[in-house]
Amino acid sequence: MTLTRHMLRSALLLGLFAVAGTGLVAFTYLGTKDEVDAADRAYQLRSLNAVIKPELYDNDIFADAIEVTSPDLLGSETPTPVFRARRGGQPVAVAFICTAPNGYAGPIKLLVGIYENGNLAGVRVLAHKETPGLGDFIEERRSPWITAFDNRSLTDPEPKFWGVRRDGGKFDQFTGATITPRAVVKAVHNALKFYAQNKERLFSSPNTSEGLNGNK
Amino acid sequence: MEINSREILNEGLWRNNTSLVQVLGLCPLLAVSNSVVNGLGLGLATMLVLIASNASVSLIRHVVRPELRIPIFVLVIASLVTAVELAVKAFLYDLYLVLGIFLPLIVTNCVVIARAESFASKNNVGHSALDGLAMGLGFTAVLLVLGAIREVLGRGTLMDQADLMFGASAQWMTVTVLHDYRGFLLAILPPGAFIGLGLLIAVKNVIDHRQKSTARQAVPAPSQPSPVASD
Repeated sequence: MTLTRHMLRSALLLGLFAVAGTGLVAFTYLGTKDEVDAADRAYQLRSLNAVIKPELYDNDIFADAIEVTSPDLLGSETPTPVFRARRGGQPVAVAFICTAPNGYAGPIKLLVGIYENGNLAGVRVLAHKETPGLGDFIEERRSPWITAFDNRSLTDPEPKFWGVRRDGGKFDQFTGATITPRAVVKAVHNALKFYAQNKERLFSSPNTSEGLNGNK
Repeated sequence: MEINSREILNEGLWRNNTSLVQVLGLCPLLAVSNSVVNGLGLGLATMLVLIASNASVSLIRHVVRPELRIPIFVLVIASLVTAVELAVKAFLYDLYLVLGIFLPLIVTNCVVIARAESFASKNNVGHSALDGLAMGLGFTAVLLVLGAIREVLGRGTLMDQADLMFGASAQWMTVTVLHDYRGFLLAILPPGAFIGLGLLIAVKNVIDHRQKSTARQAVPAPSQPSPVASD
């Protein structure tokens, strides 16, 4: 039948193009894989080094990580990695992702670094949807606001001052944007509490995690 | 009908501009045009896809039957976009982070399939690739102009974050146009994109209108003693 032959030829043609298209993608993927992996890793390392200075530790921080889940204190139901920085085998600091669930325009993802003694090494915003020009001062490249957390701890300022000035706390807010810093301050405070409660476990558990985005 | 290269360029850049006349592919245009660098990045990526997809569609135009052309065009375009996305991720990682979802979404930019269907499937490879270049340049130009307007009004800068695209040595490209500028939020937010694009379309129509009226006045020149364009 000509109809069957016609259909067969069409199917064959379509299949041929599917193979060619997939081939092109596979070829590009293989050709760029090393560059993509290197860029991914460099980006992750740059983020981590922003909260824990690279000269403080000598281990492979990506290979030394565990996964934790704490919906109450870390703001997310999904497991997040905790990276452990050590020097000569001794714990130096940890870095982990936490989420401020109550930002003005949705959750704000933060990377928090905490020294072994419980002081904050640094905080950086990884992802947010706050209003450009109003709420985006939490980004380090827009304003130094986020560095106000450096070296703070659960006792500095005292718990009742862990808030924005509008709420009687120690941290600045910006005109027209109180919800954003309030959410970030609360999330960082919770991250410190999480660390205090889990300190032993965070440093002693064996490796389980697979990197900042779950890909090695 | 003979098609020449000048005509193709004129079509893509001005007379049949994707954003100002065809008004296609507005989603990425409006979303990414909040700064010059973002606009340039997406514009170039889209142009690359347009050139490659037009050329490949033109190459296969005698093989593909009419009833199969849409799925095959989609297949070709999707493969090309994925390849471009991987390349941007590999070599311009920071720009990849900024453009995010809009890079894979080039697949859904109807300009790409529109050119494949209406031009590349009927013309030879050279003209098709040139059409892709012209349409892509037109799209990039609108992204650049809209991005510049929104960036200057919204943040008072131009080419902010040029290092995302040209490496750390390109930070000198950033120009602070308005010093101590408090920013104009509306320009950065989505409404600013709509208003800006509307103004650009209006400006283009005014220019076209003027050209048409001067051309009309130029023809019956002898009957009019002083053909002065007044509008």
